[in-house]
Amino acid sequence: MEIKELEKKTWTIRKDIIKMIAAAGSGHPGGSLSATDVMTVLYFDEMNVDPASPKKEDRDYFVLSKGHVCPALYAVLARRGYFDPAELITLRKLGSRLQGHPGINKGLPGLEASTGSLGQGLSIAGGFAMAAKLDGKPNRAYCILGDGELDEGNVWEAAMSAAHYKLSNLCAIVDNNGLQIDGALEDVMGLNPLFEKWKSFGWNVIEIDGHSVQEIKEAFAKARECKDAPSVIIAKTVKGKGVSFMENVAGWHGVAPNEEQEKAALAELDEKEKQWEAASAK
Amino acid sequence: MKKTELPKIDFEKPELESTREGYAQGLIKAGENNPDVVALGGDITSSTKVSLFKEKFPDRFMSMGIAEQNMAATACGLALAGKVPFFSTYGVFASGRCWEQIRTSICYGEANVKIGGAHGGVSVGPDGATHQALEEVAIMRCIPNMQVLVPCDVHETEKATLWAAENKGPVYIRFGRDAMPIITDEKTPFDFGKIAKYKEGTDVSIIACGPLVFDSLKAAFQLEKEGISAAVYNLSTIKPMDVEGVLEASKTGAVVTAEEAQVMGGMGSAVAESLVKTNPVPMEFVGVQDRFGESGEARELMHVFNVTYKDVFAAAKKVLARKK
Repeated sequence: MEIKELEKKTWTIRKDIIKMIAAAGSGHPGGSLSATDVMTVLYFDEMNVDPASPKKEDRDYFVLSKGHVCPALYAVLARRGYFDPAELITLRKLGSRLQGHPGINKGLPGLEASTGSLGQGLSIAGGFAMAAKLDGKPNRAYCILGDGELDEGNVWEAAMSAAHYKLSNLCAIVDNNGLQIDGALEDVMGLNPLFEKWKSFGWNVIEIDGHSVQEIKEAFAKARECKDAPSVIIAKTVKGKGVSFMENVAGWHGVAPNEEQEKAALAELDEKEKQWEAASAK
Repeated sequence: MKKTELPKIDFEKPELESTREGYAQGLIKAGENNPDVVALGGDITSSTKVSLFKEKFPDRFMSMGIAEQNMAATACGLALAGKVPFFSTYGVFASGRCWEQIRTSICYGEANVKIGGAHGGVSVGPDGATHQALEEVAIMRCIPNMQVLVPCDVHETEKATLWAAENKGPVYIRFGRDAMPIITDEKTPFDFGKIAKYKEGTDVSIIACGPLVFDSLKAAFQLEKEGISAAVYNLSTIKPMDVEGVLEASKTGAVVTAEEAQVMGGMGSAVAESLVKTNPVPMEFVGVQDRFGESGEARELMHVFNVTYKDVFAAAKKVLARKK
């Protein structure tokens, strides 16, 4: 898909996220907005998926290890055609297929794994990649992790085994927004040097601006080229990206906007979209 | 309920074999029947006997190192991609170290993962408390969608393993380290989800699992000598609970449960949870009584921790005193 078309989708998805979380009265806007661009490129450009046949055998798998940002995933799936976007507004409501954290037992098409308990998704994605390798199949597996999530030991166990098994069909993306619930990553639990950590675990490491659709596309292409190791894309992002009063504020990790804040956020996104349209028309 | 016919057992010198051998043989048969069966090992593959599967199917064995959380969640991914993964390590770690991966990644989404928990019980012996798994039944059966099996001997372990491979959903199979008496044979039926009657009796019912089935039969024959008629049942499927079968088994009016595990939350608790609603008869619980294990020889420890035929015998007498 053309970069301009992809960028266009990200505005719709950001507005979906705000509306969904506001309607739910709870949820995680900060991380949903930081991961929006990567997830949009994954589903609309990078992955071999078919919403008309969500379980097709040669599909690529996606695991949202930071399950709390599922509003972004649900919005992407709906806009990609897996289900009617009208259902988005049921997020977190009793009986909804759109659980507060993804649960595959609720029958939402396109969901591949139940996640939300941090640290487990990279192992699950590794299992998907391993199954494809065992059978000599072309399926690839993708996994978005939070940077705060990297505190979990399970992530590094998964990093070790994916490199050991040379799972070159596995691509992890770290949504590196630098904030977790209690504050700045480096205050809560020191993580740097992040690039070197992954490198020393035997991964093909790619660092990009996680809000540049072009850089995201190029990173996925680079990851495909690597044939002897799993790849990780460290996507430098801004928590709350797109809504100025949410940007880089840890407090917006898990709080829903009220009616007034929702209005302001949507107005700002509309305005920014207009500016983007004008700029990209030139 | 019809009594299951068993081969003749020599209670003084029974034939012995470890249940982990049965796990390996079941796993190999499952591997022969289905190319999607794969095994993941947590470094101690010769101890769990999964090394035998590895020799036979080297391409379908994944060494996962000493990293149970990753092993469990990787198995989840393999299962969701259509494989039938068995992951195995000592029960303490298989059930405990990755409990939450089993709960959330595996059981919540009903991933078709099979867990082989080796070294169950104090009969693990000299390794001591750290390696003697006693809590697996309690912490596995409380997770929705999980099925829990504690087979009684090497043959039943093989059948239970094969059953797990051929049926959908998460399964935890508990087996032991030490050679344990053989009481069934290749022909003995394994009826998943059903309690099996191994001895008739009218005064008291002994419901056992794992190696305690042998001890319960031995105790029952000694009770006969004192004029007490004790029925013995093998409850190798602890979850799902055979509510009807356990109710029928309780009709003697007194029940003893016997297991080589913590009684708190274990098989006996599961039986009590069921009977308290259907037929609340007096009960006694043979098992480990809220203690950690320790080093020693297997049989020695079973005596010290009161999980032998003598304890079943004493429990039967105790419960009969309470029977109305």
